[in-house]
Amino acid sequence: MNRLHQLAINDEGFVFDPTTGESFTTNPTGLTILQGLRAQKSPSQIVEDLCADFEVQPEDAERDINDFIDVLRTHKLI
Amino acid sequence: MKKIYEKPVFIKLESGFMNKFGSSPYYARKIRKDIDGVSIDQLVSQFGSPLFVYSEATLRRRYREMFTAFNTRYPHVTFGWSYKTNYLQAICAIMHQEGSIAEVVSEMEYDKARRLGVEGKDIIFNGPFKSPFALQKALSEGAMVNLDHFDEIYDIERVADAWGKPVKIGIRLNMDTGIHPQWSRFGLNLDSGQAMDAVKRIASGGKIAINGLHCHIGTYILDPSAYAREVEKMVCFAYELEDQFGFKIEYLDIGGGFPSKSRLKGMYLPPEVAISPIDDYAERITDALYRHLRPGDFPRLFLESGRWLIDEAGYLITSVVATKRLPDGRRSYVADAGVNLLYTSYWYKYTIELDREIQGVNEPAVIYGPLCMNIDIIDEGSLLPPLDRGTRLIFSPVGAYNVTQWMQFIEYRPNVVLIGDAGQVDVIREKEDLNDIDQRERLPERLKFDTLDTSHAPTGAVR
Repeated sequence: MNRLHQLAINDEGFVFDPTTGESFTTNPTGLTILQGLRAQKSPSQIVEDLCADFEVQPEDAERDINDFIDVLRTHKLI
Repeated sequence: MKKIYEKPVFIKLESGFMNKFGSSPYYARKIRKDIDGVSIDQLVSQFGSPLFVYSEATLRRRYREMFTAFNTRYPHVTFGWSYKTNYLQAICAIMHQEGSIAEVVSEMEYDKARRLGVEGKDIIFNGPFKSPFALQKALSEGAMVNLDHFDEIYDIERVADAWGKPVKIGIRLNMDTGIHPQWSRFGLNLDSGQAMDAVKRIASGGKIAINGLHCHIGTYILDPSAYAREVEKMVCFAYELEDQFGFKIEYLDIGGGFPSKSRLKGMYLPPEVAISPIDDYAERITDALYRHLRPGDFPRLFLESGRWLIDEAGYLITSVVATKRLPDGRRSYVADAGVNLLYTSYWYKYTIELDREIQGVNEPAVIYGPLCMNIDIIDEGSLLPPLDRGTRLIFSPVGAYNVTQWMQFIEYRPNVVLIGDAGQVDVIREKEDLNDIDQRERLPERLKFDTLDTSHAPTGAVR
């Protein structure tokens, strides 16, 4: 998760990677997942966070978290 | 209170750079709330979705811009409206009001032009298939017929026999103008000597007089100099015919193929950059005429532009009816218009505008149509914000070919409306209903039933 700690993330979901100079954007749900991963929370803990803040079923949240992690992997951030 | 859930996205920002789609994120965020001052809301609530919308003002402006480009450079210019590009009566009527004659490529189109009130002498009849009956009709009504292949010589000579006098026709050529692909299936090849062989045969028969040359080098021609080469070859050939056989060429018909601002798939540069202004085409063409025509000789110049004139005047409004996430992570939408209405989406990538401001992060999306077919994709790869059901998408430019090549497959074809110069909206083709689909069918008496009764249906293996 070290790479995730290097990212500069603002509250609006703008993400800057100082190592590569690349920029990303994410939405509020993505931001929740990203902050959870940086805090080294487990996927099940992040599911709880999402379900606490958003109208979503745990099953859908879990599926989306797994999908989100795959996306981070494609950008070599995990 | 919990917040509304939106699926998480994480997207790399690449604005400012050319990507393989050649577009910026703004491409996907274009908003269009009206067409010629008539709101999208009003159009859809009054005429339904999907809906084709044509702008009369744009159509007339494009016509006048193109005609001026040529007419101010050469004395005898006539446009022949390419019916196959769009043969809705209202569209053809506008073109004829502007001064265009008709260019048709089939008997059906010929009949359509005649029914609209176009006289035979104001019709150019091209195409690879003209039945003997159609030929006889067109020639007897004074149409300009351009011969496509050797076999038509015999058909036309039979007309001359019946009349007891020579028949005047043009011949269609194809040639190498330095572009790829070279269109060679229409007309007679100039470079190989095929066209000259046909002329010799025509001359020896003594029943046909050649008074015109026609050529259409292709479609979406990005290089204006290709037309200059076409004109040079046509003029030289015309003088060969005059000098060797005494045929005086009264017209040169250089076809169409001028590109609109639509974007061919696979095109790297955006059309605003890749496509030359129409004045560049006019300059190259008329310059070639003046360089090769003999002093004092000004044969009539016919142009058969279709796409350039009408594509930008046409819009398709379609509505999102469902949202889906594909297994590969891409967002996809189901729209109420598919390839049944946007046949040209197989080749062109359209501009997509939204009818409202939408918050959310852009994502590459796929837009499917309503057809139960896997190939029914009208856009792929455009960056779109998360769209709600009911969002309307405005596709453009779609004025060329779609309402002639559209297909009736499991859906009714929608209303087509024209927005007039004063903002009035007229239906120029009504939405279809089941009667349109069924009226040509005949159900044999023995197959009719009142209610479905399957009790006598055979069971077991199919015999």
